Amino acid sequence: MKIAVCIKQVPDAKDVRLDPTTNTLAREGVESIMNPYDQHALEEAVRLKEKFGGEVTVITMGPPQAEEVLRLAIACGADNAVLVSDRAFAGADTWATAYTLGRAVETLGNFDLFLCGKQAIDGDTAQVGPGLALRLDIPYLTCVQKIREVGEKALVAERMMDDGFDVVEISLPALLTVVKNINEPRVPSLKGKMKAKKAVITALTAEAIKADPASIGLAGSPTQVVRVFPPEPRGESAVFSGSVDEQVAQLVEKLKPYL
Amino acid sequence: MLKIDKELCIGCGICEEQCAFAAIEVKDGVAEVGENCNLCGACVEVCEPGALVSDIQGAVKTDLASWSGVWVFCEYRHAELAQVSLELLGIGRKLADRRGVSLSAVIIGSGIGKCAESLTGYGADTVYAVDHPDVEHFTEDRYSRILARLIGEHRPEIVLAGATAIGRSFIPGVATILDAGLTADCTSLEIREEDGALLQTRPAFGGNIMATIECPRSRPQMATVRPKVMKAPEFDSSRQGEVIEVDLGSGELASRIRVIETVAAGEETVNIQESDILVSGGRGLENEKGFALIRRLAKALNGDVAASRAVVDAGWIPYPHQVGQTGKTVAPKLYIACGISGAVQHVAGMQSADVIVAINRDGNAPIFNVADFGIVGDLNEVIPKLITKIEEHRQA
Repeated sequence: MKIAVCIKQVPDAKDVRLDPTTNTLAREGVESIMNPYDQHALEEAVRLKEKFGGEVTVITMGPPQAEEVLRLAIACGADNAVLVSDRAFAGADTWATAYTLGRAVETLGNFDLFLCGKQAIDGDTAQVGPGLALRLDIPYLTCVQKIREVGEKALVAERMMDDGFDVVEISLPALLTVVKNINEPRVPSLKGKMKAKKAVITALTAEAIKADPASIGLAGSPTQVVRVFPPEPRGESAVFSGSVDEQVAQLVEKLKPYL
Repeated sequence: MLKIDKELCIGCGICEEQCAFAAIEVKDGVAEVGENCNLCGACVEVCEPGALVSDIQGAVKTDLASWSGVWVFCEYRHAELAQVSLELLGIGRKLADRRGVSLSAVIIGSGIGKCAESLTGYGADTVYAVDHPDVEHFTEDRYSRILARLIGEHRPEIVLAGATAIGRSFIPGVATILDAGLTADCTSLEIREEDGALLQTRPAFGGNIMATIECPRSRPQMATVRPKVMKAPEFDSSRQGEVIEVDLGSGELASRIRVIETVAAGEETVNIQESDILVSGGRGLENEKGFALIRRLAKALNGDVAASRAVVDAGWIPYPHQVGQTGKTVAPKLYIACGISGAVQHVAGMQSADVIVAINRDGNAPIFNVADFGIVGDLNEVIPKLITKIEEHRQA
């Protein structure tokens, strides 16, 4: 089974926050990590490979330093890694990103299954996975919490809904985006780390994937950011004082509109 | 690319402060752009000397003026309309009135007749009803193909859907088919005075920054909207509207996805995104028995139970109840965080609540920074007393 996993390098959420005095993003010590959902997608791919054989290819679009997450992916069990990187990709929104990844996949050849994280934690859009599936003209499911069975031509998965979950059969090749309760990702082994160090990363530029210049980067993006600003601060907070009974009484007073 | 005119740059550093991606830096009195540049343009806007220029201009992809009207996708599942659909009709009506255009609703499902008719009373001028047994269950391919076809035929300028499991899953497919711009999880939608463009505002980086987005060169302008953010209109039985039954071509019902089973929610798995009151528990409850207090308090308040990641990981409650970056984003009227320290990942999922109450043993916990009201104390003491007091109040 040939599996492709799309991953993204993102700033670590716990480090990203607003400086309360300047109201800008504090960036001291912001580390880059593999998008947490993508780790679950990768783990699922590696488990499927271990069960059914085949190989796992990780693909990322990003700046040259995104190579770090590709090496991490190899350390965690991926076989091949592809960095889709070009200055011309800068400013891509989800539409242009899906287009670019689609071109990259078509350059790489056929896969039986594509796995992505449900969304990246920097943009939180959850749009690139579905967009990529449409580009490749394959069916997709989002928010998959379990792959139950894998057959020659189809697989059966559980997909989360707002009010429970659906059990769904989908024909292959297909794309699934996964949520974090699908599995517990492994930590890289020493052997894996050694392999990652030596691994050769395939680099793909805009030219290599024969991308249409009008469909990539900022120029190819239907959406554009007009303004970035800090969220409105919440009002002052009041911590009650007095005995527990007094504090509870004060709180219930405030809760009256909801009772 | 982003270009810097070194002659004009005064090295003030305002661009550096403004950059959410740490991609611009003032070195030796002149701004320099690094690899991280996302071309968001935030720096261009704040640069007073006009030293920063983004020279990328995409081509206009369609005759913008030929697209008119506001459309809302109304979600129908298990014989019920999702609450967010009404909220969308509320904001959709406002946007349509601002633009002086009509508001249409699209509803897809099986046996939707009455529900489709009711949508006119909530503000729709036209309702496109897709009623067929094969679309009773949601599948991405059928839903996106049908909606994209209708949009292509009628050319609305704006299309809105709920940022629900269903909306977030198939709307990106629709946008891809139509080559349209799509903004996820909007919390505010406005029409720009000058040119009638839709300004879509959404949180990013887990709510640490807000971004306003537009679709300058393509139509329709598409957005998914977070539940509970917009106000649902009152039903007005006197409102007139037209319901159009949509015929489906045989090809439109082809699918490579088959729903085998829909596992319905027990009372344990309510959709916390639609709850008005949430009582949420964290690690501070110490064990499963402690978590039972959360259920009791939720019951006393007629609310639902939510949880932090730690609690879900510990298995005290299933994942659909998890609030935060890797769980759900909620915006209830009241959110009571009990024994939750308030890590940024959790806060990202609940900071849009109208009122936040924090109860925690540690008075220095960051949860108190976002809370409107707080009690510092032992949960095992505070919560039972709170329940008693609430019950007393109800009986009084």
